[in-house]
Amino acid sequence: MLLLVGALVEAIRLAVTRIPADTVDTLRKAYEEENNGIARFNLENILRAIEIGRERSIPVCQDTGTMTFFIRAGVESPFLKELEGAIIEAVRRATLEVPLRPNAVDVLNGKNSGDNTGRGVPVIHWEVDKGDEVEIAVFPKGGGSENCSALAMLTPGEGWEGVKRFVVEKVRTCGGKPCPPVIIGVGVGGGADYSLKLAKGALLRKIGERNPNKEIAKIEEELQEEINALGIGPMGMGGKTTALDVKIEVAHRHPASFPVGLAIQCWANRRAFLRLKPNGRVEIWQ
Amino acid sequence: MAVKLRTPLSREDVLRLRAGDIVHLSGEIVTARDSAHRRILSLPGEELPFNREGAVIYHCGPIVRKKPDGWEIVSAGPTTSSRMNRYLDGILSLGVRGIIGKGGMNPEPFKGRAVYFAFTGGAGSLAAESVERVKAVHWLDLGVPEALWVLEVRDFPLVVAIDAHGESLYR
Repeated sequence: MLLLVGALVEAIRLAVTRIPADTVDTLRKAYEEENNGIARFNLENILRAIEIGRERSIPVCQDTGTMTFFIRAGVESPFLKELEGAIIEAVRRATLEVPLRPNAVDVLNGKNSGDNTGRGVPVIHWEVDKGDEVEIAVFPKGGGSENCSALAMLTPGEGWEGVKRFVVEKVRTCGGKPCPPVIIGVGVGGGADYSLKLAKGALLRKIGERNPNKEIAKIEEELQEEINALGIGPMGMGGKTTALDVKIEVAHRHPASFPVGLAIQCWANRRAFLRLKPNGRVEIWQ
Repeated sequence: MAVKLRTPLSREDVLRLRAGDIVHLSGEIVTARDSAHRRILSLPGEELPFNREGAVIYHCGPIVRKKPDGWEIVSAGPTTSSRMNRYLDGILSLGVRGIIGKGGMNPEPFKGRAVYFAFTGGAGSLAAESVERVKAVHWLDLGVPEALWVLEVRDFPLVVAIDAHGESLYR
């Protein structure tokens, strides 16, 4: 249990102090291709902030978010009973040790719990799988980008054209608010709640990694192109790059429904993964 | 080329700036988010714990660390300013001449009296490098992100994103 808590603290630290290599490479490319002066100012600040975060091991963005975990739990893992407690304890410890910003606030009296825990927080999504290993995605989700999440219940007649129109329009009206250049997650089908969960989970995919379905991959590319053509640019002050990538995940839908969930991740693409083997060995990566 | 400015800002300082200018700001700035704005506007001006005239408000909820001799700012990037649009006119009426944030605000209330400076959202580790020290903290009962952190900054690199002449870089 103690070892697991320690490993989770390290995964949280990794997620908030280091931006994954795929994201840094894409941001660097955006900087090289940019000729708008203000956009370059912002991208330069972004690349320097990433360096400072890594060198000094401090959170790159002060909004270390709502701590969110996606767990894929093998039913034969001997650690299932301890997992939830270990995660909550790790979030408390990380708040002091990394440190994280305390972001859990009571909805009625507005009181901050001070340690990033509270009713329903950290958010933990469980998925039961076969096998004896547990895989945990650590996903600190910032408020600015989260506020641009949206759900559309399209009519089936609107179809994929409707999906594109909805996503592009929402990204346009959000402008600089979610800290572009952003990563766009889209979930289609499965019902209202599930489409949003799919959208958020999609953000954990590596940049440049396309949906394995060719048709969906094509829509991802088209959407990215349309969004970048909006010219919102870094921080909404104009420029070539608004979306670093677009990720779509799908589930079957009810014949009467066409739910579309939209989740946006800021350029500070916080994520880390942890695998827990049945012998207690842990692997952490980004 | 970057313009160097020091707080408190005068009306002349502000009127000279144009959207797109880079400013290196030094002096005192005060952080405030949603709940702090509500409290600022609920109090009579003389009860506020900072100097209003020429003040610069930073939309920021920092990560801080308690040290034996005070507080250290660990990471301190801007938060989304549009949430504070509803308080903007009231805040500028106090004599505040600059707002720092991200994402932009309603340009109208800035006309003739103040400017909106943008700093890069998410770049909290870089912003913290411009903070020389924490001069004071007030209203910690609102929670760390929402408290009023009075910061001494040096050469904080900012873009004038909305000027006092009605120009805005946001589209």
